[in-house]
Amino acid sequence: MAVRTLILRAPGTNCDAETMFAFQQAGAAVSLVHVNQLIRHEEQLADYQIMVIPGGFTYGDDVAAGKVLANELRLKLGEDILRFIEDGKLILGICNGFQALVKAGFLPELSGGAQPQLTLATNDSGKFECRWVYLAVNQKSPCVFTRGIDRLYLPVAHGEGKVVALPGALADVNIALYYADEQGNTNVGYPANPNGSTGNIAGICDGSGRIFGLMPHPERHIRGTQHPQWTRQGAREYGDGLALFRNAVAWAKSL
Amino acid sequence: MHRVEVSLKSHLPDARGLGLVRDMHDLGITTITKVGVVDVYWLDADLPSDELDLICRGLLADPVTQHYHCESVFSVAGEVDTDYHTVEVTYNAGVTDPVEATIGKAIRDLGVSGVRAVKTAKRYLLQGRLDEKQLEVICNRLLVNPIIQHVVRPGEIGFPQNPQYRFRLNQIDILGQDRVSLLSVRQQFGFNEDEFKAIIAYFRQQGRNPFDVELETLAQTWSEHCVHKTFKAKISFGGKTINNLLKSTIVKATNELAKPWCLSVFEDNAGVIDFDGHWALCFKVETHNHPSAVEPYGGASTGIGGVVRDPLGTGLGARPILNTDVFCFAPPDFPYEKVPRGVLHPRRIFKGVRAGVADYGNRLGIPTLNGAILFDERYLANPLVFCGTLGLLPGKLAKRGQQKPGDLVVVVGGRTGRDGIHGVTFASEQLTEESSAVSYSSVQVGNAIVEKKVIDILLQARDRGLYRRITDCGGGGLSSAVGEMAAETGVSVYLDKVPLKYAGLSYSEIWVSESQERMVLAVPPECVAELMTLFASEDVDAAVIGEFNDDRRLRLLYQGNLVGDLSLEFLHEGRPQLQREAVWQPPRYTEPDFASSPDLTGALLSILGSWDVCSKEWVIRQYDHEVQGGSVLKPLVGKNNDGPGDAAIIRPLLDSEKGAIVANGINPKYGQIDPYWMAASAIDEVLRQIVAVGGNLGKVALLDNFCWGNTDRPDMLGALVRAAQACYDMATVYQAPFISGKDSLYNEFQIDDEIISIPHTLLISAISVIEDVNCAISMDFKQAGDLVYIVGSTQNELGGSEYLKLKGFVGNDVPKVNPRRAKELMDKLSTATEKGLVKACHDCSEGGIGVAVAEMAFAGGLGVKIQLKAVPLGEPIDREDFILFSESNSRFLVEVAAENQKAFEKVMKGTSSKSLVDLAVIGRVTEDEVLEIYGRDGSKVVAVSLADLKEAWQKPLRW
Repeated sequence: MAVRTLILRAPGTNCDAETMFAFQQAGAAVSLVHVNQLIRHEEQLADYQIMVIPGGFTYGDDVAAGKVLANELRLKLGEDILRFIEDGKLILGICNGFQALVKAGFLPELSGGAQPQLTLATNDSGKFECRWVYLAVNQKSPCVFTRGIDRLYLPVAHGEGKVVALPGALADVNIALYYADEQGNTNVGYPANPNGSTGNIAGICDGSGRIFGLMPHPERHIRGTQHPQWTRQGAREYGDGLALFRNAVAWAKSL
Repeated sequence: MHRVEVSLKSHLPDARGLGLVRDMHDLGITTITKVGVVDVYWLDADLPSDELDLICRGLLADPVTQHYHCESVFSVAGEVDTDYHTVEVTYNAGVTDPVEATIGKAIRDLGVSGVRAVKTAKRYLLQGRLDEKQLEVICNRLLVNPIIQHVVRPGEIGFPQNPQYRFRLNQIDILGQDRVSLLSVRQQFGFNEDEFKAIIAYFRQQGRNPFDVELETLAQTWSEHCVHKTFKAKISFGGKTINNLLKSTIVKATNELAKPWCLSVFEDNAGVIDFDGHWALCFKVETHNHPSAVEPYGGASTGIGGVVRDPLGTGLGARPILNTDVFCFAPPDFPYEKVPRGVLHPRRIFKGVRAGVADYGNRLGIPTLNGAILFDERYLANPLVFCGTLGLLPGKLAKRGQQKPGDLVVVVGGRTGRDGIHGVTFASEQLTEESSAVSYSSVQVGNAIVEKKVIDILLQARDRGLYRRITDCGGGGLSSAVGEMAAETGVSVYLDKVPLKYAGLSYSEIWVSESQERMVLAVPPECVAELMTLFASEDVDAAVIGEFNDDRRLRLLYQGNLVGDLSLEFLHEGRPQLQREAVWQPPRYTEPDFASSPDLTGALLSILGSWDVCSKEWVIRQYDHEVQGGSVLKPLVGKNNDGPGDAAIIRPLLDSEKGAIVANGINPKYGQIDPYWMAASAIDEVLRQIVAVGGNLGKVALLDNFCWGNTDRPDMLGALVRAAQACYDMATVYQAPFISGKDSLYNEFQIDDEIISIPHTLLISAISVIEDVNCAISMDFKQAGDLVYIVGSTQNELGGSEYLKLKGFVGNDVPKVNPRRAKELMDKLSTATEKGLVKACHDCSEGGIGVAVAEMAFAGGLGVKIQLKAVPLGEPIDREDFILFSESNSRFLVEVAAENQKAFEKVMKGTSSKSLVDLAVIGRVTEDEVLEIYGRDGSKVVAVSLADLKEAWQKPLRW
């Protein structure tokens, strides 16, 4: 049976269609579900194996990026999501979805209402920026999405992607992805690190490796012609991002 | 009442503050060392401290990065000493910050119910020595736009009561009045004499005076913005009469070409062409000039919001898939002291427009993949902001729908407020010094997320077939939208049923308000319940406000009172046709009389660093050009993703190999010499770009956007006529029909006795279909050793060129177009590209061969050696500089692998000796990162490293 993936829509979600395409290419059965449908129990989270919060500007990113959706997840869907996590299922947050997962307290670890240790703040440049970045996978990370992947080339497009942590808090964070240079060195500055993120962190996961959030957009590099250099190097059949989705679907098949 | 202040923890860098410090330094105020920005929230509530704390911790402040501070008093600290200043800025009453509504919802999500209203403000903490005058400069030029904002006065309370409205029917006496009073009524509504005579005659026949809302409706429906009456005028020109310029040029070309793939032209909010037999593409570009002049951020964001609703309101609704933007400003280094009163500095307009377009477009999740920015001092008071949107819809839904009598009028999306009252008539008037002060109610406020919600839910309603017709509510508000929809039927509208943002609007304000994010649907009665449920499921407002009938009357009711009753025939066909005189006298400029320098490196670097040519990366990167995942050719291309691409290509359907190409052509500098050749050049340019990226002329559709000065003046109108004639002449030969267009006239500004008109500006935008996106090519050099060809001949055509501008001349030899030759050349080049013989291609435009070859080199990170003596000339040119910088049209630089030389030339020349295609190898790509250009006698005229070229090109807009 195909893996069932729920892509959560909320007012201002705008990467839902390409995220659906990415999961379909990876072999999943995908439903676009509005957050109101979950809140009103017209759709059940328990019917799915993967939940994805895609990119966008939910609620306009008013006050802070992902903040209002984060409160909805925490206050209105918190129990359903906790059960989903307990059942060993997968959660992926991309860009705005990552911001929401962090601000709702599902990343870096389930906070259980404790004081948050980490957040995503305004880019050091003070600007929204759209550019392609090289990423290096932390091979020690438990992240199930990045298994067997070494490096990635993906676009970012955000204004609030800078990882900031309270003093000492980073030691306990499971870093899954770093901003890097073309050779994979993770000791880089702007623009390779597009937002000034502490420790060049581009993505993190929880201790189980099943909740994963990242600022770059893997769903925007599924086809070879999405690569900005394809007219120079030739178009490959698949883009770098597809591997993440294939990993997720493969893992979820065993559920 | 509570006041919450949220500020960044002091050890963290404050990007907003740093940006403001830079902006202040740009203003010449260098004593400022630090700026802090504090977000201020006023809550109209009396909350226990635990609830207030919950709101602060759980919503307003980020516990990792921010501090918060609450107080229940509302004193604005007036700490003023010479080294430390605070300024608090908030929106004027009636201007709604969309954030306020979101906060209201989020507070309810937290379980707190006692907050009646929210208001936001920003508090700026300025460190550094400032006198009062400097502080005023900072407020006026940077922090406050008085159109929408003001500095909070100590003790000011943030929640004014909305005025109450009590119904009173307002009738205006035009039948019994004396001439002086009549003149004042006529001017108040902006009618010309003939129009007003027709209106008086109509109401005399009705036996009564008009109600105010009826005159408002007529004023909007008959405004230049809505009805394009200049283009439809009877124009006498050169001894002939042109009856309707639009129909006798642009539309005529489309009708004669009669392309079967044109599915809907000139009859809907956007033009529609076939994409792949099942899907169709619709495309529209509009301007939002006047609002952007007075409030750049709001004007530009509602410009994007408005043009996105055009595809959404075309046929039965298209999904927006791409945005394109073209801006014209005065140069950013224009002296501050020369900016007239009532005009914003071009740098501020530029930054505001960029931010407005980015914030709105990015939030909607529509990629901005293509655009241009041009500069000329005459755009100082009249900046031009063109916004375009491409949409995708099923071909069978491409035709405009038609309602049936009994169908309901449903307004969906945003609520109606006082935004943009009289925006349309404002857009058609000349701006004056006072415009900024009097036009505040014309400034519309946008809320991108409301529009995004409307798009999402409307497309679901479309696919369920829940409505029969749709249109957008743009300029002229419900008056235009419902008035146009009802033209062939009839309608009754109950104005008190329209959902309002706040109380206090009169029936007339409701009818003409230009509040954003609204669409109007014609819904069969049996579908209305399902439609309402669907909209409610995603929290989008929808309301039945009337019903269509078949009596061809527009009836407006308010609380059971008839407040308007107009014949729709009179409304749409009763306007007397304008009569206009047009003349055309070619201007004569001084011929350039300087000698060519033996070293042209400096000139090349200067042109690369000119405002028009320089890199626009600073703007491009702040737009999301990747969202929706369709990008195939991005705006920035090449080895380091920073070279200037020609046209953009997207893949609208991610699982298909077909693509859509979008390009823009514009060159107002040629228009000052001859608008005919400006229009021809713009069309040639847009087609060149399509061919350059691997497209062909098989299926190209064009849009026109004319921005002109005051066409009441015969010479201005003559220029317009010439430009329109060129559109016909070119479109018919290139086989590229126009499918939609727009015009914005009266772009002039009066300072004392001097009238400054914008340069005649025609933007041509094009949409084309490419069968296989895998055949696309980019403009960057790919490999050392490859041959560099020039395709097309070079003439002595430097009139209006970047090179002559650099030397302080305009010149007279404007670039011309021979469309028959150009088409043959482009068709053959497309064939060569399809056969895989072309590795890189770039069209020659501003700066000619010099700029094109430099861009190809630094984009590819490869050097090149060019021989000017090999360049095919259409006429003798005895100067290196003119060959290098001539802006002759229909030329391309093409990179071809040496082993494909014969095959390429065979395709280009054909076997016939009658080929008209000029073609020559003019150089080779090299390994070393240097550009070398040799003159006809073999001497080196340009020698420069790629790094220096790129730096010159990137530096001006590295903000």
